Amino acid sequence: MDLTNFRFETDADGIALATWDMPGRSMNVFTNAVMDDLHAVIDAVVADPAIKGCVVTSGKDNFSGGADLTMLQGLGRAFEALRAERGEEEAMRHFFEESRKLTLLFRKLETCGKPFAAAVNGICLGGAFELALSCHHRVLSDDPKTRVGLPEIKVGLFPGAGGTQRVPRLMQTGDALQMLFKGEQIPPLMAKNMGLVHEVAPRDEIVAKAKAWILGGGSAVAPWDVPKFKAPSGKVYSPAGMITWPPANAIYRRETHDNYPAAKAILGAVYEGLQLPMDLALRVESRYFAKILRSTEAAAMIRTLFLSMGELNKGARRPKDVPPTSVKRVGVVGAGFMGAGVAYVSAQAGLDVVLVDQSVEAAEKGKAYAHKLVTDQINKGRAKTADRDALLARITTSADYAALSACDLVIEAVFEDPAVKAEVIGKVEAAIRPDAIFASNTSTLPITGLAKTSGRPENFVGIHFFSPVEKMMLVEIIKGDQTGDTALATALDFVRAIKKTPIVVNDARGFFANRCVGAYLLEGHTMLNEGIPAAMIENAGRQAGMPVGPLSLTDEVAVDLALKIVKATEAQLGAHAIDPAQKALLVRLVEGEGRLGRKNKRGFYDYPEGAPKRLWPGLQDLQATRVDPEDVDFSELKQRLLVVQALEAARTVGEGVVTDPREADVGSILGFGFAPFTGGALSYIDFMGAKAFVALAQGLEAKHGPRFAVPRTLLAMAERGGTFYGDAAARKAA
Amino acid sequence: MGSYGRTRTGFVSFCRPAFREGLGIRRSEMPEAYIYDHVRTPRGRGKPDGSLHEVTALRLAEVALRALKDRNGLDTRRVDDVILGCVDPVGEAGGDIARAAALVADYGTHVPGVQINRFCASGLDAVNFAAAQVMAGQHDMTIGGGVESMSRVGLGASGGAWPVDPAIAIKSWFMPQGVSADLIATKYGFSRADCDAYAVESQKRSAAAWAEGRFGGAVVPVRDINGITLLATDEHMRPATDMQSLGQLKASFVQMGQMGGFDAVAIDAHPDVEAVDHVHHAGNSSGIVDGAAAVLIGSREAGSAAGLKPRARIRAFANIGSDPALMLTGPVDVTRKVLARSGLSLSDIDLFEVNEAFAAVVLRFQQAFDLDPARVNVCGGAIAMGHPLGATGAMILGTVLDELERTGKERALVTLCIGAGMGTATIVERV
Repeated sequence: MDLTNFRFETDADGIALATWDMPGRSMNVFTNAVMDDLHAVIDAVVADPAIKGCVVTSGKDNFSGGADLTMLQGLGRAFEALRAERGEEEAMRHFFEESRKLTLLFRKLETCGKPFAAAVNGICLGGAFELALSCHHRVLSDDPKTRVGLPEIKVGLFPGAGGTQRVPRLMQTGDALQMLFKGEQIPPLMAKNMGLVHEVAPRDEIVAKAKAWILGGGSAVAPWDVPKFKAPSGKVYSPAGMITWPPANAIYRRETHDNYPAAKAILGAVYEGLQLPMDLALRVESRYFAKILRSTEAAAMIRTLFLSMGELNKGARRPKDVPPTSVKRVGVVGAGFMGAGVAYVSAQAGLDVVLVDQSVEAAEKGKAYAHKLVTDQINKGRAKTADRDALLARITTSADYAALSACDLVIEAVFEDPAVKAEVIGKVEAAIRPDAIFASNTSTLPITGLAKTSGRPENFVGIHFFSPVEKMMLVEIIKGDQTGDTALATALDFVRAIKKTPIVVNDARGFFANRCVGAYLLEGHTMLNEGIPAAMIENAGRQAGMPVGPLSLTDEVAVDLALKIVKATEAQLGAHAIDPAQKALLVRLVEGEGRLGRKNKRGFYDYPEGAPKRLWPGLQDLQATRVDPEDVDFSELKQRLLVVQALEAARTVGEGVVTDPREADVGSILGFGFAPFTGGALSYIDFMGAKAFVALAQGLEAKHGPRFAVPRTLLAMAERGGTFYGDAAARKAA
Repeated sequence: MGSYGRTRTGFVSFCRPAFREGLGIRRSEMPEAYIYDHVRTPRGRGKPDGSLHEVTALRLAEVALRALKDRNGLDTRRVDDVILGCVDPVGEAGGDIARAAALVADYGTHVPGVQINRFCASGLDAVNFAAAQVMAGQHDMTIGGGVESMSRVGLGASGGAWPVDPAIAIKSWFMPQGVSADLIATKYGFSRADCDAYAVESQKRSAAAWAEGRFGGAVVPVRDINGITLLATDEHMRPATDMQSLGQLKASFVQMGQMGGFDAVAIDAHPDVEAVDHVHHAGNSSGIVDGAAAVLIGSREAGSAAGLKPRARIRAFANIGSDPALMLTGPVDVTRKVLARSGLSLSDIDLFEVNEAFAAVVLRFQQAFDLDPARVNVCGGAIAMGHPLGATGAMILGTVLDELERTGKERALVTLCIGAGMGTATIVERV
């Protein structure tokens, strides 16, 4: 047998061991060659009467991350070609068969007549876990890094190689649906408790345990292939089914607003599949899979949330010729909410942190925040007290800038005032090594301006965290006019060390994310001024795919901060740069009503003690006119809320603030939750087609004003039929 | 109103519509369907302690059919069809209970039966379908009615794709009806107090109607095989109900709405709603009960041949699909439709009978048409007396007909809200 990706050996007991170990790769992944090899393994096991059964394991630290998503993308291209050649149905038939190859391979393994056991260590996700699920027995390593799961839903797909059929035959339907919807990575003991695996054992015993199961007479018939098999929840049409399915359908809508076809396909595949024997059930699953694989949502989410995010995390924007920097000690100046968060994530990543504020007490208060966050983790069972001790030991507090002297990187998070910042810059630069990097965590002040007070602007960079720092995965790195490659590389290496995703943007007011967020908020405020019922505005935001409505988001940001930004913009850029109606609304709320947002429990919402927040009834009185809900074009509200953001993102590209569409897309989803199913603010345009988007925006401009004006660069792109990604690839090639 | 003999009607019905018009025959000259009589069982509490729990669904239907036959001295050879509504036609109520009921009630082997299901309007639709057979000139005498033993078969026992299959549940905004009723209350501004006040009134009117013997003409006691009476009156009523006693009850659909995700469905469908206000509970929603009803329908000729006097004419009926999320506002839509089709206006209708599935359903109906509550559900309704799903439509049609006769009024409109967003309405007028 000639195998490239597996080692195959049979021991004296007649148990074969197939060790998956792809040459030249750090992680096993499903490719056509791997599938061929696995077919050969099954054939060999079946053909050799001396072989009793087979254990499948990995020769690497991890089992496998699953299917190669680029392979799936290739299928789509083949479909398009075949459609042109042989027509829709023939192409679809071919695509269907191609897209279920893994399914058939796993089913062949499951029904080959000899027992297969999986011995799993490390990461085992997606298609790899579906392989394990098709084995008759599963032994999982108790290594703390071991995780199993079916995360396909996170990239707009679903487990289409048996996952939607085998999981609900292993556990209650409700639990199975939750697992498939969430796509979480599951640690060993939980996997055992859920019934996903049969045994958990020390890493070096998993193969022996798997072999022992086969030797002990392990059955080669999956439970669901035993006649009279009953699924754990019984029949779909049963009293139990009536309790499970109606809420499952409702919760799907609650969680997705019907924007995620892959999640709906999970429901359909499980519902239909549970009423069929396994082979037909798998066929139905495959039909849904072939459909979802061709969906825009899957294409968009795979590109942004898997490929682009992975590339950015691996340093796609890092200057290549700067050798790896090593940030071991980070200084944080300003121990407020942001600074404390930065100190925490840095210490959590194993870096030494010097936290400086005007007094030791103030600095200690920032450190106490880290104490609180780890304590929360301990209470949730996700950390131990020893972790807290170690983490807090890494944070030194001081009121003396001299304490920063040994830092490789200092991040200031002081008050957003140029004079205050300038003073801090001077003090820090006086204390640190000449080669240390200074970073400003500003969200509003241009970096180039701040760098003017620096003695070494080439070592000056912007690192813009989002609040709350410990939760938000995005970091904007801002290049000032004089920011050097070493400063940029250091910032990127630091962000990588704290396991966040960086985007690199050029210096401009609001950078990238806050400009788009500002457009979202303005649109919500404008709708309120138009007389749209507040609930409809909020629901339009959520149904469009945003995590929260624009009014709610204003409350989170703080209404007075929103007003402050409007006023500052007006002062610096002139009256034409702001919307007077928005300013009037915010002034009435802040100055007239003292409604500052969540922070004083009074904003667009009321925040009653112990009860959910409710829209402030007084909002109606701020509306000069009121539109009857029946007269509101709700789908237009949804469009407006996404289109304003996408236009703003397109402007940042046109102005050269954002230079890589991957960063706008990833940044828009991680930074402010732009409707993830679209693939991000630019993918929203690309997948709709620039021409259609321009027509949509122009229609809105005619009705609602110049906020919807299409930037020249986008008009030009639409005219030549281009896309942001196509243009970026062309620029790169040039 | 002209009436036509069988031969001519048969001929006309074979003609294409254009030819019929050429003959100068208008719709109104088609055979008319008359109501000759109606009966119903009392409604038993739909629980194991209810008086009808020991009575099979078949027996309930038999009681109604047998009473109709006996008290009219009906020669059942004249009966062309028995149509019974049943919403959970499974188990003992499954497999065409109408045919079984006709046989067991000794209608003779030649009388066929068909069971229909339009959820809560099944009983009214059975009457409409029976009338339609007569109006079409294909049958002369028919029976429409319905039966439901909710205590024995169980609400929702027949399952079905609508709430379960994601393909339709998601598309049609499936929610339990109580959540839809709460959504109606929220959207149209009915408070818990409004709904409770309506329920108190329903109890009062039902009690008064019983006290005055207004149901006496229709209700036939259910007896055991030895003739011992098991139930002679509606036993779900709580005449002592007041605002205070209702105030003790917890809203029924809070947990379903929140944990079950249905509030989110409601809001997705009606984004002008910020949060669903859960106002309905057992006391202001229809009661779960057992019961059956039957209505004798026939042409003028069939009636006179049988020596019966027509009591009312089925003037018009209609069905409609309505917003499936609000689900229970179909009575408003179908009332507009049936009025338009019949050329009548609201002021032509003396009494309205709107099934009290939930208080908000009737409140919305009154609001939509700006109706005086004194014209609506004058004898109370399902909140007090109960809603035996498949039978209710036929029961309330009978109730309002009796009330027209008692008060000397002419015309009534009967309507019910229906699962999955539908409405059925019938206009009856005395002759």
